[in-house]
Amino acid sequence: MTAELTLPADALANQDLANNAQLRYIASQAADSRINVELETEGMTLNIGPQHPATHGTLRIVAKLDGEQVIEAQPIMGYMHRGYEKLTEVRTYPQVTTLINRIDWVGSFANEVPFILAAEELMDVEAPPRAQWIRTALFEMGRIANIMLFLGDMAVQLGGITAVFYAFRDREFVLNQIESATGGRFHPNFNRIGGIKDDLPAGWIEETKSAMVKVREFCDEMEDLVVGNEIFQSRCRGVGVIPAELAKEYGLSGANLRGSGVDWDLRRDEPSPLAWSEIDWKVWTHPDGDSFSRYWVRLQETREASLMVEKLLDNLPAGPIMAKVPRIIKVPEGESYVQTENPLGAMGYYVVSKGELTPFRVKIRTASFSNMSITPWLLEGVYVPDIATILASLYFILGDIDR
Amino acid sequence: MLTPLALEFAYWQETIVKIVIGLVAVLLPTGALVYMFLFKMMSFMQSRLGPMETGPHGAMQLLAEFGKFLQKEDIFPSKADRWVFAAAPFVVLVSTFMLVLVLPGGPSAYFTDLSTGIYFALAVSSVSVIGTLMAGWGSNSKYALLGGLRAAGQLIAYELPLVLSVVGVVIMAGTLNLREIVLSQSDFGIWFIIPQFLGFLIYLIAIQAELTQPPFDMPVAESELVTGYLTEYSGLRFLLFFIAEFATAAIFSAIGATLFLGGWTIPFVDPTAEFMNYIGPFVLGIKMIGIAFLIFWFRVTYPRFREDQLQRLAWKFLIPLALFNIVVTAVFKVVF
Repeated sequence: MTAELTLPADALANQDLANNAQLRYIASQAADSRINVELETEGMTLNIGPQHPATHGTLRIVAKLDGEQVIEAQPIMGYMHRGYEKLTEVRTYPQVTTLINRIDWVGSFANEVPFILAAEELMDVEAPPRAQWIRTALFEMGRIANIMLFLGDMAVQLGGITAVFYAFRDREFVLNQIESATGGRFHPNFNRIGGIKDDLPAGWIEETKSAMVKVREFCDEMEDLVVGNEIFQSRCRGVGVIPAELAKEYGLSGANLRGSGVDWDLRRDEPSPLAWSEIDWKVWTHPDGDSFSRYWVRLQETREASLMVEKLLDNLPAGPIMAKVPRIIKVPEGESYVQTENPLGAMGYYVVSKGELTPFRVKIRTASFSNMSITPWLLEGVYVPDIATILASLYFILGDIDR
Repeated sequence: MLTPLALEFAYWQETIVKIVIGLVAVLLPTGALVYMFLFKMMSFMQSRLGPMETGPHGAMQLLAEFGKFLQKEDIFPSKADRWVFAAAPFVVLVSTFMLVLVLPGGPSAYFTDLSTGIYFALAVSSVSVIGTLMAGWGSNSKYALLGGLRAAGQLIAYELPLVLSVVGVVIMAGTLNLREIVLSQSDFGIWFIIPQFLGFLIYLIAIQAELTQPPFDMPVAESELVTGYLTEYSGLRFLLFFIAEFATAAIFSAIGATLFLGGWTIPFVDPTAEFMNYIGPFVLGIKMIGIAFLIFWFRVTYPRFREDQLQRLAWKFLIPLALFNIVVTAVFKVVF
């Protein structure tokens, strides 16, 4: 059909000529050369990924390009799908936390909490206050460990290689503290139904407070090196603007939503047994909705989280760290859905129990999966360099997309 | 460099000796020195150690990498334009080597004393654009094509501020010959960096872009184009590009030192004295390291420009500024 359309007008007049395959080929060649003379160009399909430096793993983006401008972009997910929802069905409740640690692998502690809370809700058990406070502190430390990586990584996506080394250097202080409290550097696996595994080691609180000071020093450094940099600002301001209404319609959450000026934070807005409502803190938003505002919001959140950890540790209540739970955990029949404000956004577990040792069904709502859904809209019409900026500013962890 | 030896050579013998000295005695040690110094410098700036295992404090890292790259498989992409693909790194490297020819290391320590020295240097430095384009097109890869075309646009755009920034020095010295530019700086009593500070800044920015280093590394932007026109290269050919990058950084720094920092001369020392032939190259080397330090300092600090921002900087900011510099220099030259 397209070949017919490119035939010259005089060739179309002669039906025999149009039916002759060889002549038709010559005619289309002539049409092609005519196109080249008029300097019309042809689009190019660029496969960004599955293996590509900008995709943090195995995300694939099929971009149709006109020169360097993106006409259409489609994210293709699932290259790292590990079937966690199904795997949880053949594991007992205490075993599940080991698995779901690996969903968002840079801020693992936060993954366990909503699942444990959902199970506790089903069992009608509540962890003692000390356990809840320690959980909250470690949750926020997981957030710091996660977002510090973003603060460096966004700069490296834009070509500033130094920030990422500083991020890895200073992230170490937080990881060391998580390790000395939980025993796990990346995958703490520290939550138990009804509490936490151990109490805090001696001297941990002081060490953690000094680590939090280092985190804030890192934030100041990033403010100088990255946020204050004119090239960074010119690359990010006005790039990848998400209007607030659209952000809500696409189901964005976390800093991507707050970067669009929507004041929504589950830690404040959802009743939770964790200790967030007990301390003073602030939800940061930025009205612009562009890549810069998302970076800025995350930077402020890291600083805020380090202050939150200090406040939590200052007011840590005394008491037991485990509630009374049976040795063999059978969760009574029922269903519950708990979501928390994880480093990447709202993460929720919908747990259905049939009264057995294992969950009947677990549906995992991850933030990155929903945050990715806006990329076709966002990438349309941008230039190739901005793809890296926008993807970095949306901040996804591949394990959080394909769980 | 041959005159102090006071030996008589036939022209072809002299040419061979010059090539050998140029490659072995000047370019490779210089490249290795710059490479080591800058690797360590970058490492310390980024609060890490850098290479530590090979030799004392990682000093033999370059040899280790040389061995590594030589062992690697030499891959041709199946639909690459083989001849163009294979020739591209050599084209880039040749333009670097030709830059060394006109560089004076002392009053009579040089390979060629071209009367149009700086003109020749700027002309051959543009040859590398062709090599880059060949690499981008010959690879038959989309990333390489995008990178190659970006590189071509960028290198041509920044050729202009580079040339214009040098014009101020040429006006002041009244010659295109690099050796005489150096001598005229000691006649003036000050290095040209002081009267030509604006020109020096523009020169620094322009060579940064010519070297495709951050913040001007759009052609090889690893977070979007993998490594741009280098994407399909491996083994020896990649190594050649790699050497060319560092050697060009060294040579551009050396030319910058010659133009703005008085080349081989030391203040209050007679620049035409016989012993300057021997210590001159080392003085030039120290000044070269100084400028290379600046280049790599920018490299580790700044994120990269987008293509349109980069072109805007060249055409709307650097070129008018360079023209302004030329006008001011010319007025001062006429008045004083």
